[in-house]
Amino acid sequence: MNADRLTVRKTYKLYLGGAFPRSESGRTYEVTDAKGHFLANAAWASRKDARDAVVAARAAFGKWSGATAYNRGQVLYRVAEVMEGRAAQFAEEVAAGEGLSATRARAAVDAAIDRWVWYAGWTDKLAAVLGSSNPVAGPYFGFSMPEPTGVVAVLAPQRSSLLGLVSVLGPVLAGGNTAVVISSKQCPLPAVTLGEVLATSDVPGGVVNLLTGDAAEIGPWLAEHADVDGIDLAGTSGPLAMELERSAAGTVKRVLRAAAEEPDWTADPGLARMTPFLETKSVWHPMGV
Amino acid sequence: MPGMTHVLDPDALSREGRPLPEPLEPFSDVTRSDAAFRAFLHGLPGVDQVGAEARTNVLGTRSIKTTAKAWAIDTAISMVDLTTLEGSDTPGKVRSLAAKARRPDPEDLTCPSVAAVCVYGDLAGVAKEALAGTGIHTAAVATAFPSGRASRAVKLADVRDAVAGGADEIDMVIDRGAFLAGRYLDVFEEIVAVKEACRRPGGQGRAHLKVILETGELVTLDNVRRASWLAMLAGGNFIKTSTGKISPAATLPVCLVMLKAVRDFRTATGHQVGVKPAGGIRTTKDAVKHLVMINETVGADWLSPDWFRFGASSLLNDLLLQRQKLRTGHYSGPDHVSVD
Repeated sequence: MNADRLTVRKTYKLYLGGAFPRSESGRTYEVTDAKGHFLANAAWASRKDARDAVVAARAAFGKWSGATAYNRGQVLYRVAEVMEGRAAQFAEEVAAGEGLSATRARAAVDAAIDRWVWYAGWTDKLAAVLGSSNPVAGPYFGFSMPEPTGVVAVLAPQRSSLLGLVSVLGPVLAGGNTAVVISSKQCPLPAVTLGEVLATSDVPGGVVNLLTGDAAEIGPWLAEHADVDGIDLAGTSGPLAMELERSAAGTVKRVLRAAAEEPDWTADPGLARMTPFLETKSVWHPMGV
Repeated sequence: MPGMTHVLDPDALSREGRPLPEPLEPFSDVTRSDAAFRAFLHGLPGVDQVGAEARTNVLGTRSIKTTAKAWAIDTAISMVDLTTLEGSDTPGKVRSLAAKARRPDPEDLTCPSVAAVCVYGDLAGVAKEALAGTGIHTAAVATAFPSGRASRAVKLADVRDAVAGGADEIDMVIDRGAFLAGRYLDVFEEIVAVKEACRRPGGQGRAHLKVILETGELVTLDNVRRASWLAMLAGGNFIKTSTGKISPAATLPVCLVMLKAVRDFRTATGHQVGVKPAGGIRTTKDAVKHLVMINETVGADWLSPDWFRFGASSLLNDLLLQRQKLRTGHYSGPDHVSVD
C-alpha cells in the first residue's frame, strides 16, 4: 500500500427504512477498537430515529409477514450468501472491536453466517413444529398456527457484536416480524456492515432497521412505544432491564428477558428465541362431507 | 375586437342584457370587459418561484415545541375539514366520520372537535343530520367536482341540490380549461352564479362558498395569484388549493402565494377571505408549518377555523397521535386512533 495515501475516515449512518440516513439529531460518536484506537465514526441515534424506525418497520410488516414462509426463507438465505462474500470485512471488524485474534474472529463470523442459514431454514418449518391439528369434540377441525407478533424492538448484545446480533435478529425475522435493532454501543461496526448486506440483498426496506447508539437512551422510548409489539432485552442488564420490562407492561408487550450474564452465543439456540415473538392463532373449520 | 373570444361560448351572446354584479371597491371596474379583466389579472405582480420556495423552506425550520406545539396541534385539529370524497362513500361511512369529527379522540374529552365534515353533495343530508347540534359545519363539494367538466346548468343544479340537502359550505371547482384558455370573465361569471345558487331556500342566508383553484393544474404561481384574485373578486368566502384528486396538491409555496393574495385583498378592500389548503397534508409537521406560515406572513387574524382550514383525511390521525404523545409522554401507535 502507498504510504502517502490518505486513509478515508469513515462516518457511518443508520440503516432505516431501506435507506442510510444520518441521525435526526446530527450526533455521531467515535468507535474505537478494543485497545482504544480510532476505528470510525458511527451515528448516535436519538429517540426520533427510533420513532421513525418504528414507522418504517410497521409499514414493512404487512408485506414481510404476508410473504410465504418459503419465500422468507429464500430471502434470508440470500442474506447469508451476501454475508459470506463480506466475511473478511466482518472478521476484521469483529477482531478489532472485540479484541479477538484473526482466527477466533473468523470463527465467530462463520458461526454467525451458519446461524443465519439455520434461522432461514426455520421459516417454513415453524408452522409444522409449533402448529397443530387439535382434537375437538364435534364435527369440526381445529387448527392452531403460529403468526408473527408484529414490530419487535431488539436491543442487541453488547459484547458479541456479530454472532450475538445475528442470534437475536434471526429468530425475530424468521417468524415474520419486522425489527428495530439497537446495536452494541461499544462495537457497532459489524451491525453497520450487516445493514449494508441487508440493503444489497432481497430483504424489503423497513423489515430491519439498524440504529447505532445507546440502548439505555433509546430503549425506554421503544419499551413504552404503543406501536411496538415486542421487545428483546438481550443487550441490557441489571436495573435498566428491570425498568424496561416495567415500562413495556404499559402496552402489554411481549418481553424476552435478558439473561443475568451475556450467554455463550455459540451454543445451539433451539426455538427459545423464536417462540416469544409468535402468536398462536386457532381456527375452527366445519368438517367437509 | 371586443367579444371575439366568446364566439364559441353561447352564454357570451346573452351576457349583454344582464350586467355582472360589480366586485368590491376599488376594483368595481376591472370586470367591465374581458380585456380589462385580463389586463388587471396579468398586471398583478409576478411571483418569484425560487424566492417563494426559499421563504417556505426557512419558515419550515421553525422549532415548535412543548406548549406551543400543544397549542398548534389543538388549533390544527379545530381547523380540519374532515373529508371523504370516494366513489365508495356510504351513509354509514359519513356517519362514522361525523362521530369522529365530534369527538376525534374518544379517550380524551379535552380534544377539540373539527371544523367541518366535507362530503359529496348527495351525502350532505346524512352529514347534516349526524352533526345536528354540534356546531360542526357540513361542507359539500359541488359543480361537477373534481373536474368541473359539465354545463353551467348541471353545475348550478349540483350546488342547489347540496344546499337543499343542508350543506353549510359549498366547495366549488373553477373551470380550469376556461382559465387556462384566458376566458377569465367566464370563470368569474360562473363563480358569481354559483354564489347566487348558494342562497338557501326560504331566504335563510346562504351557504359559505369555497372556491377550489386546483393549483396543480394551474402550473405556475403567477396563475395561482391570478386565480386567487379572480375568486376573491367574484365573492368567494374561501379560496382552496386543490381537490385532492390531482398531484401536486397543496404545497407550501402555493399556500404562501394564496395567503399573500388574501392579505393584499383585505388591505385593498377591507374584506377578509379565508384560505384552505387541501390534499397532501398528512403529518402534524406539515400542519404546523402552515400555521407558522400564516403567523409570519399574514398575521394571527387568519389563525382561526373561520379563516383557515385544512382539507384532509389522514392528517387528523397524525395530529391525534402527536397529541397522545404529548399527553402520555410515550409514542402512540395507529391502533389508538380510528381507521377511516
